[in-house]
Amino acid sequence: MSAATVEAINNIIDNNHDPDYLLQHLIEIQHHFHYIPEIAIGALAQTTGFSETHIQSVVAFYSFLSLEYQGDYRILFSDNFTDRIDHNQQLKTLLEDKVKDASVYIGMTSCTGLCDQGPGLLVNGLAINDLDDQRVEEIAALILNKEPVSNWPVHLFAIRDNIQRSDIQLQQESSGGEGLAKALSLGPDQTLSVVDASGLRGRGGAGFKTATKWSFCKQHQSDQHFVVCNADEGEPGTFKDRILLNTYAEEVIEGMTICASVIGASKGLIYLRGEYRYLLEALQGTMQKLRSENKLGNNILGQNGFDFDVEIHLGAGAYICGEESSLIESLEGKRGIPRIRPPFPVQQGYKNKPTVVNNVETFWSVAHILRQGADWFNQAGTEASPGTRLLSISGDCERPGIYEYPFGMTLTEILKDCGGAGAQAIQMAGAAGTTVLAKDFARQLSFEDLATGGSFMVIGSQRDLMDLLDNFATFFRHESCGFCTPCRVGTLLIEEIIQRFNHKQGSEVDLEQLQRIAQIMQETSFCGLGSTAPTAFIDALNQSPELFTERMGHDIDNPVFDLEQATRDYKRITQ
Amino acid sequence: MNNTPGKIRIATTSLAGCFGCHMSILDIDEKIIDLVELVEFDRTPLTDIKEIGECDIGIIEGAVANSENVEVLQEFRKHCKTVVAIGACALNGGIPAMRNHYSLEECLKESYVDGMGLDKPLIPSDPELPMILNEVHPVQDVVKVDYVLPGCPPTADMIWDALTALIEGREPSFSLDEVRYD
Repeated sequence: MSAATVEAINNIIDNNHDPDYLLQHLIEIQHHFHYIPEIAIGALAQTTGFSETHIQSVVAFYSFLSLEYQGDYRILFSDNFTDRIDHNQQLKTLLEDKVKDASVYIGMTSCTGLCDQGPGLLVNGLAINDLDDQRVEEIAALILNKEPVSNWPVHLFAIRDNIQRSDIQLQQESSGGEGLAKALSLGPDQTLSVVDASGLRGRGGAGFKTATKWSFCKQHQSDQHFVVCNADEGEPGTFKDRILLNTYAEEVIEGMTICASVIGASKGLIYLRGEYRYLLEALQGTMQKLRSENKLGNNILGQNGFDFDVEIHLGAGAYICGEESSLIESLEGKRGIPRIRPPFPVQQGYKNKPTVVNNVETFWSVAHILRQGADWFNQAGTEASPGTRLLSISGDCERPGIYEYPFGMTLTEILKDCGGAGAQAIQMAGAAGTTVLAKDFARQLSFEDLATGGSFMVIGSQRDLMDLLDNFATFFRHESCGFCTPCRVGTLLIEEIIQRFNHKQGSEVDLEQLQRIAQIMQETSFCGLGSTAPTAFIDALNQSPELFTERMGHDIDNPVFDLEQATRDYKRITQ
Repeated sequence: MNNTPGKIRIATTSLAGCFGCHMSILDIDEKIIDLVELVEFDRTPLTDIKEIGECDIGIIEGAVANSENVEVLQEFRKHCKTVVAIGACALNGGIPAMRNHYSLEECLKESYVDGMGLDKPLIPSDPELPMILNEVHPVQDVVKVDYVLPGCPPTADMIWDALTALIEGREPSFSLDEVRYD
């Protein structure tokens, strides 16, 4: 190990021995070396007090970290269904062929949030959009020339906001801190009443009433409270937080600050998914600006004793960290394994202190609600789902992008706007969500009918729904955190079953198994990932049984067992 | 094809197993006298019959590790109304499946090429020999299984309870104490 390596590692650790920063150190070490050198594990064990095996387990958990050096370039193609229909697999093969002898690792990763301008990839953690043959060839040439990624042309990284429809919130001018000023003049209790009156419900998908969450947290006595912004936008097909953090970060942070003023927090954290690392620098710039304007820092906007600042923690490629208790574990530098609930984060969250975890969009809406008033917000939407929300629309439509809609819109209206006529289905709320077939397009966007965390994938009539299921099955197998058996094993078994049907080798036994595994996962999984993972498959089986029954093997009573394939290795070895 | 009318016909086999489950069947001790009143054995290691006839119940011990295992298992499925898989190996591969952590080539080399004391290292490949599968499979990967009895081996009591229930046309059920996986 060279002295330079040791020095680089020490620079990254920078005398910050707080164990909560273990993951952040690892991410920066990975970013610097493109892997985690063994010596770094030893150094971190000494400074953080964790054992080396614990640190190795953290590295193994996050898919963007690796213990082995895999090359100067680490390229991960996004593998959402929308990437697949735009031929990500062929583009990957093309790149592999072009850069065969270069020092490069090429793999797949879950949805990187560029579904409206995909296929996407990550190169050494930075996102590239709009992939086609030409751009892949350009990337190949840069790799063969050994150009460091920092020298790659900016047009490769030119990610667009792509807002297609604005409603009351996106139509607002920049808030300029008016919402926060209003909150401070109203005081915590009145501010909470405004949020309550607006009827705002959490935008992550579950739709818990924001004011209720805040008041639970506020009521909980503690020397410290925390505000956490969940920017781990991992649900396949969701990319609204990308534009909020890119263009509307001031309002997002303003919303966090308003929350802090209500619950009495002095520290906030943004958990930014690793896929959005490219937003990090600009976000830090925004925070710097807000500090200079006294909207973050001490005695905010002249309010004596109101101190609040925000820190950004990066994720490292783990879908489960979007679940709030896993996210908190990850913030504390550990593997993102869900906590048992109760206690809920509002009781014991980050550092076991009362913590509000809200979605990026929720905080953004809070800033507007404080500025414009509760009535302004809840005039839109339905009674149980007030206001507007952002949809991330992708897939088989002419105009994918961000659409702001009041709740209560029907899927038919939405499809008309985005040019998705003739779609056979909509995948609402991502892989863990609901598949809505064309006959049900009169259903509406709302918590009382079809809730979504923002994902809205249009599935055209030319698509095979089994390919969609195949994509989801692989996704869940990869993203199961591995902690509880029903989910760890169940997701693998479901993937095997779905692949058999996809190869027209299904059987009645597989169908029985699928239903049985789904039931076990729904009833006994530790967290929501495992209990919702089987939904898409069971939905499909109930709504379109022919999808399965038309793909049976020759003997439907028994599983297909391919003896030819199963003896291939033996024949090769003994020939 | 019941040779004796009214008698339940049973076949058993051990695929990639250690015969421990068959020993557990024999552990029903003197109850075997009651059993033979009710049943007749077709192909089993006890009778040494080589070809299976039409049976009511087929009992499978062991995992599926080679092409002969696959063939025997598929024959059992074809000829038995009810297939019962018994023991850890049949259920989830058990000890034989521990080789799945290695490639078949590594396993064969370790045994026949690089192992200690080998006079003429050679991987056997006679056409008379069954072909070894890339991986060891549990029984339900190959055929539909009607009932499983876990355990290594399942206890004689459990086997007895399951058999008597099936013979009497009842659905087998077990107390929590009876179900064991080790």
